[in-house]
Amino acid sequence: MRYSVFSVLSQALKGNTGWKPVWREPEPKAEYDVVIVGGGGHGLSTAYYLAKNHGITNVAVVERGYIGSGNIGRNTTIIRSNYGEHGNIPFYEWSLKLWEGLEQDINYNAMVSQRGVLNLYHSDAQRDAAARRGNTMRMHGVDAELLDVAGVRKLVPNLNFDNARFPVYGGLFQPRGGTVRHDAVAWGYARAADSRGVDILQHCEVTGIRVENGHALGVETAKGFIKAKKIGLACAGRSSQVAAMAGLRLPIESHVLQAFVSEGVKPLIDTVITFGAGHFYISQSDKGGLVFGGNIDGYNSYAQRGNLPVIEEVMEEAVAMFPSIGRLRVLRHWGGLMDMSMDGSPIIDKTPIDNLYLNCGWCIGGFKATPASGWCFAHLIAQDAPHEVASAMRLDRFATGRLINESGTGAQPNLH
Amino acid sequence: MRISCPHCGERDHGEFAYYGDATKRRPDGASDVETFFEYVYPRDNPAGSHRELWYHVGGCRAWIVVNRDTRTHEIFSVEVARKRGEPSQGAGAGAP
Ligand SMILES: Cc1cc2nc3c(=O)[nH]c(=O)nc-3n(C[C@H](O)[C@H](O)[C@H](O)COP(=O)(O)OP(=O)(O)OC[C@H]3O[C@@H](n4cnc5c(N)ncnc54)[C@H](O)[C@@H]3O)c2cc1C
Ligand SMILES: [Zn+2]
Repeated sequence: MRYSVFSVLSQALKGNTGWKPVWREPEPKAEYDVVIVGGGGHGLSTAYYLAKNHGITNVAVVERGYIGSGNIGRNTTIIRSNYGEHGNIPFYEWSLKLWEGLEQDINYNAMVSQRGVLNLYHSDAQRDAAARRGNTMRMHGVDAELLDVAGVRKLVPNLNFDNARFPVYGGLFQPRGGTVRHDAVAWGYARAADSRGVDILQHCEVTGIRVENGHALGVETAKGFIKAKKIGLACAGRSSQVAAMAGLRLPIESHVLQAFVSEGVKPLIDTVITFGAGHFYISQSDKGGLVFGGNIDGYNSYAQRGNLPVIEEVMEEAVAMFPSIGRLRVLRHWGGLMDMSMDGSPIIDKTPIDNLYLNCGWCIGGFKATPASGWCFAHLIAQDAPHEVASAMRLDRFATGRLINESGTGAQPNLH
Repeated sequence: MRISCPHCGERDHGEFAYYGDATKRRPDGASDVETFFEYVYPRDNPAGSHRELWYHVGGCRAWIVVNRDTRTHEIFSVEVARKRGEPSQGAGAGAP
């Protein structure tokens, strides 16, 4: 069913009794042209663009849980393209462009909201770094505005500007950044892929990858062996485990990242703000809850739940920035598994095994990449060659020294 | 999560800094590029028992090796790194 004003109105008249499930629940076929392992945002968008851009529709997305159970349903929904490295900028800008047309393309309301992303700076040195980043972005055709204190005051009047330790000096603002309803992205891509013939196989864990003479032949799953001409891995925090099924070792550590939502309040913050003197960011959802988070916990974890030191740090940063929210209650908090790469940047590449392709290393920032990651991974799988905006995201860059080290912290995943 | 430092007893993990996989051993300086690549980048990243280096920065400043379940954060054992013959990871403050 195509969604439109008319479908909504006619359903309203029928008491909303006529809505159908938005994707099928098929049994696995014996063989597919492409099997994507991992039904998160990246796996689903890859399947959609394989069908839409390359006409490859005999595709399955194989997911161990349910659609939306991974990071695609756990992130804090921020999108932006304020990067500073050659290998990253064109890619993330392409992703932002795809977000801008996504809802029309997939006929699904993902609540794309370009409310802007503001990175605060608190010293002269940070202002210089912000100016440099902003200039780099503008040279690549990305929007960026350097705001002074007055500019920030206009945008976010209730910040603690005169914090004794970290006074606000200004901010780098990307007006086209913002937030997107994360669950709707998963559901929208799933529906759009399904309607082009892609099979979405939920509760179907991949337990093995069959490899013979250097060729990948298919995947062992909870529902039996599925033959595949090509296999794409998009397993986020479990990438190391799944790649190990084909004998690969990745430059990845799995870490836990937590996020928090407060009780709902009236409109308070209408943009996305990051603290420059720590690791903290905050926005407000359309329901009124403040959505915020900070650093990863900082040690290897597959637990999908974090510990108290990070929670304490995040709360301290929150009230340092916004003393007025000190009395708010936190309603919920949770964690997700991050595939932290050794240089903080992702990998979209072939593997040393024929017909086996890899998409991982998204660290704490892969939600914003969902459209471009799927676009480029589909291109790689269909054409057997990297898409130009993802051509630096190679697996062998760690051996050749062509790192994309955005934060400049070296091979220390808990510092990215 | 609380870590039992062999010197200081059970402490909040916020007192400790994490360095990562303790099975990695810094190769001899004359080793070839492949050997150094193997040391710096690929990780087993297991779901389960993981031997890892922590630094008790908010306490006795000893480097310790913690064996921990990465799925549950349960800690099986803690030892002083030097006792295990952990190799030096390089010079300078903050390096084991
Ligand atoms: C708290 C938090 C906040 C975040 N905030 C942001 C943000 O504001 N902006 C941003 O850009 N990014 C953010 N991120 C990062 C972003 O969510 C991830 O980088 C991104 O979602 C990862 O890609 P994905 O959607 O495909 O992952 P996932 O949704 O995790 O998909 C991977 C899927 O693979 C499946 N899988 C794993 N193993 C197997 C197997 N053996 N067989 C079958 N299936 C398997 C998993 O079940 C999972 O569903 C955040 C993450 C977290 C946890
Ligand atoms: Zn100690």
